[in-house]
Order: sequence, then structure tokens, then C-alpha cells
Amino acid sequence: MTDPAVTDPPASADDLPADLTQDHDLDLPTVAPGEVLLEVDDLHTTFSSPRGPVRAVRGISFELRRGRTLGIVGESGSGKSVLSRSIMGLMPTNATRTGSVRFAGNEILNASAKEMRGYWGDQMAMVFQDPMTALNPVLRVEKQITESLHEHIDMTKKQASDTALTLLESVGIPEPKRRLRMYPHEMSGGMRQRIMIAIALACGPKMLFADEPTTALDVTIQAQILDLLQAMQRDRQMAMILVTHDLGVVAGRAHDIAVMYAGRVVEQAPAQKLFANVRHPYTEALLRSIPKLEMAKHTKLDAIGGRPPDLTNLPEGCKFAPRCPYAQDRCLVDDPELTPDPDDPTHLYACHFPVSGVGVAVSAPPTASGVASARSEREVKA
Amino acid sequence: MTLLPDTQALGAEPAPGAATDASGTPLAEPVAPAPKKKLGLGAWLASGWLGLLVGASILAPILPLKDPDASSTGTPLLAPFSGDLLLGADGSSRDMLSRLVWGSRTSLLIALSAIVIAFLIGGLLGLFAGFYRNWIGKVLAGFFDILLAIPALVLILSLVAVLKGDPTKDQGLPGEMIVIIAIGLVSIPLVARIARGQTLAWAQREFVLAARAQGASSRRILFREILPNVLPAMAYIALLGIGIAIVAESAAALFGASVEPPQSTLGNMIETGRGDMQEASFVMFFPIIVIFLTVMSLNFLGDVVRDRFDVRESAL
Repeated sequence: MTDPAVTDPPASADDLPADLTQDHDLDLPTVAPGEVLLEVDDLHTTFSSPRGPVRAVRGISFELRRGRTLGIVGESGSGKSVLSRSIMGLMPTNATRTGSVRFAGNEILNASAKEMRGYWGDQMAMVFQDPMTALNPVLRVEKQITESLHEHIDMTKKQASDTALTLLESVGIPEPKRRLRMYPHEMSGGMRQRIMIAIALACGPKMLFADEPTTALDVTIQAQILDLLQAMQRDRQMAMILVTHDLGVVAGRAHDIAVMYAGRVVEQAPAQKLFANVRHPYTEALLRSIPKLEMAKHTKLDAIGGRPPDLTNLPEGCKFAPRCPYAQDRCLVDDPELTPDPDDPTHLYACHFPVSGVGVAVSAPPTASGVASARSEREVKA
Repeated sequence: MTLLPDTQALGAEPAPGAATDASGTPLAEPVAPAPKKKLGLGAWLASGWLGLLVGASILAPILPLKDPDASSTGTPLLAPFSGDLLLGADGSSRDMLSRLVWGSRTSLLIALSAIVIAFLIGGLLGLFAGFYRNWIGKVLAGFFDILLAIPALVLILSLVAVLKGDPTKDQGLPGEMIVIIAIGLVSIPLVARIARGQTLAWAQREFVLAARAQGASSRRILFREILPNVLPAMAYIALLGIGIAIVAESAAALFGASVEPPQSTLGNMIETGRGDMQEASFVMFFPIIVIFLTVMSLNFLGDVVRDRFDVRESAL
């Protein structure tokens, strides 16, 4: 597998035209790397449906600093994709949101779609799960990249086209000039996801949402795309939310990890601490369900029994209790709050009877200064 | 009529260009451009006939044709190939060939213009109805449904009657214009419904959300992201629509609601030939054959257009 993104360092943000890194439509305070960019406070998202309200996100709070990656992990239906769309405000009309979302200090939860258009693409962008459907089949790649450049930045056609070329180079696409003239169906899945990333990065957003960016791709391509996202996040000092159902994806790539279950965060900690000392039974179960190389042949995988709860009709008490091997009577009536560990205030979990002793060694997450490349960490996946 | 993409049929035939991409491995390997699909014999025949018809219609004034509206021979209902008139003469001794060419010219002009009106207005309204899911969309969709509930022929006849106004006074609009407006207006809800269905289907695709997430305005999404995807299907509908409009003109002519005789249209020729069916059926059948071949050809080319564009979609 030859791929320039792996062999050559991708072009850095310095290669891009200078005005790409500035604010365009909005007059927002500058958020330096390391400062808080996104604050989410008690965010609830509810969809109205014929079967009653679907409570997809139920009270989530966190803050994210510029230059940091937050991994959001959970199984299907845990509300992780809805969470990132709720933060961005990309909601269908039957959704209602309450709580607070502040971006660079500005409250954006109740902003109109018109106001949000200033943020979308320019300040925050999203890489979608399936590059097969998230690209327009009848438009050339160049047009799809330059579209948002014209929308947010006053650029001539030539400038936009040059920027598109630089972007394609920076996301490791060979023969970028020729690719610009192509239609999405003329490219492979990995290539299309690189195009998606180039589109998302076009206007130099400060915040990137990656919504299961590798789920629809071949396993061989997944690591390349994740490496690319990580390199881009580091070079541009973006805040990134990496949504996935795979703990292995966020291990070594996210600074912090939040594990979601039934619309809530059940455990949240810096990545190393989480893997070193898993406290919530659900996180433990997720970790156990990952096959490991050192396991004997034909070892039965630990699957999590049962199904995620019905979001229209949530059980009382802890939502994981019906599937939890450690559940006791109290868990069925009393829903635990997300509280910090008495010994470590950065490690939060929502459990009456936290587990202890499950630990997985994961190397340090990448830092902006650390040259330790992410590539070596791939071998140490959970 | 629903025109949702027939996914099963599409899946059965992968595009030639996509085969190399499916594995995803040869990243740097150049992708060969999809080979051009050859047009079949039927498509050539269809375009040949339409080319002949359109060519003759455009060139009618300079072709060496006799006056279509005046008698050219002493013998009414002269049989084809018998005298100096190639296709014979009708009941008023007028040259059939000349009347066919001039009639096709008028009929084609009426059909084309009506379809242009229907697509400009109906297509646009349908796009809005499919894209805006609020009260605008609902009101428009309801409006189309109400119009569709009225039989089309009744609507055409009443529109022509209203537009013609008082027959004793000098009419304001030329005859062709009246028929064009009538057929065009009646086609608007049909076209709009199809455009609405297409827009609905495409607006739910993820690339629309992706464009929104990049800050694209609604107008931009509608006209730059969705419209190019809706157009291929609409091109197919337009070709069918021209055929239907030609038939609609003939139907109106049978009720005397087309262009005033003696000006010939294909419909008017059928109407005048109807009286002489016993003695000279060819007078009625020649225009019918022209309509038949034209509508068949348009449908055939429509299918070719549809197949062509579906390839690109199935490659996804």
C-alpha cells in the first residue's frame, strides 16, 4: 500500500493561502490553541415521532479546547451521531434542543439557520460517515471543494481552484490536478473520504466533527484516514470530535474519551486514564468485546447481551442496568449521575458500583509538541 | 406516476468505470474513463425520423412545396402516388405532403413551446414544493393535486374557449399561442409533481446535509446541488412530454379547439380526414402515422437518455 500521506508528511497549514486561517463571515474572538473553544452544557435533544418523543441526547456537558481531540464512543443508537449534529445545529425540523452550546464564547444553540451558516464550513465542519453518499454524484470534485470557498471567502475562480489543488495535495491525493476534474464515482472509497476531508477543511475551520469517518471504508484504508485526520487536526490546531463505535479507533488518537450510552455520557476521562482504569461496566463490556491477538484460537468473544434501550420508553434507574452483570436492586430504581472519581477529578463515571482492575495499556496520545508519531501507536491498539 | 430511481435494476448493471474502484486498493492507478455506450439501431432510427421531421418543419418555407391551404389539383381525394402529388390530396384537393410538412411544423411548435412553458413554471414550482417542507411545499403540493383532479382534456377545451373569447370579434392572441398556453398550463401540475418527487428524493441524500454543513444557502443547495441531479430525469420526462403534447393537440383538434382551419396541424388533418374515412382513409392515416412514429421515437430516445444517466447514478 503506497500512500503519500503515510510516507510524506502532509502539507501543513502554512502552505495554504494566508487568508484561509482568518475569520471571514463572523467577528469571533480569537481562540488560541489550548483555550476552550466549545462548551456544551446540559444539552438535550428530543425528536418527536409517532411513537412519542425520542430522547436521543439527555443532558450532556463537556468542554473542548482548541488543539484537543475528544473521542465519543458508543454503540448504535447511543446518540453519539445525534450529539455532534446537535452541537452543529444540523437538525431535522422535528428535533428540539435545550441546554447550552457555546462556540468561542458565543451561544449558538438558538441561533437561526441563517446565523449558523456563518459557522458552518467556516468555523466548524463535519466529515461524514459514508463518502459514497456525502458527495454529490453529478458535480466535479473541484466544484464541490470550491463551493464553500466562494460561500465564505471572497475568492476569484483562479484562487479557489488553486486552493482546491493545495487542499487535495495536503490530504494526500496523488495527481491532484487530474482528480479535480473527476466525478466522485470515478474514485475509490478512501479517495472519496480524503475529498470529504479536503472539503471540510477548505475554509480552515477551528472545529472538526468526524462522524464515524472510517466506518464505511475498507479496514486497510481506515488507519490512513484516521492518521490523516489526526495530522490535520495537529497541524491546524483544530478541536476535533471523533465519533466512533470502535474503542480501537480512538485509542491513541483522542486526548479525551467520552463513552455514551442511551443518550448520556456514562464515563469520561483522559484517554490514558480511561484505558488504564476502566470504572463503568459498559466501558468494560465494550473493551471485552474487542478481539485481542493474544487470545487463544476459537476463544468466544464477550458480546454485550441484550439490546440498547428503546429511546422512546427508557427504563427507570440506570439505563444500562438490564444488561449489566453487576447490577443490583438499587441500579434498577436510582439513575446514577455522572460524578468525578473521589481520587481523580478528571475521571468521571455514572455508576453506583464501579468496576476496577480492568486496565489496558495504551501509549500516550499525541501532543502538538510531541514528535512521537501516531503510526507506532497503531500497533498498541486496545 | 412516480419516478423514484429503480434501484434494483440499477444494481444489476454496474458501471464499467466503477469496477476498478470497488477494491479501493489501486489508489494511484489511473482510472480508465468509462467507454462510451454505443447507440443501438433503434436509437439511430428514432433520431433519424425526428431529424427528418424537425428538418422538414424548419425548412418548410423554402422547400419546393405547394401551398398547403389552397387546392393544388382538380381531383379531391386524389390517391397517393397516382398524380403529380406524391401523397395525394385531401377532400379539398390540397396537397397532402405539403399539409403534412406544414402541419408537423405547427404541431411541433405547439408541443415544444407548451413543454417549455410547463417545465419552466411546473419544474420550478415542483423544485420548491419538494425542497421546502413547510407550508409553501404543502400548499403547492395541494394545488397540483387539485389541478390534476380535473380531466386534462376538459381543462384544455375550456382554456381554449376562454382564451379565444368572443368568436365574432377579432381575436387577440394568434391561434398557435392559445393552444400552446392551454396545453402548457395543463401540463404544469404533471411536471411539477414529477419534479417534486425527484426533489424530495434527492433532498434527503446525505450530500445535501454535507453541503449545508459547509454553509451553503438553501438557494445554492436547491440549484447547485439538487437541480443537476433532478435534470436527467426531467430530460427524460421532457421527451415523453413532447410526444404527449403532440397527441394532446390532436385531441383538442377533434373538438375543434386547435388552431383554426384551414391552417394545418397534425390534429386538424385527422379531424378533416375523418369525414372521408370511407372513400380515402389515407387522408386520416398519414397524419396518424406521423404522430405514431414521432411519439414512438421520442419515447425511445427518452429511454436512451434515462439509461445513459442511470449509469452514473448506479456507479455510486
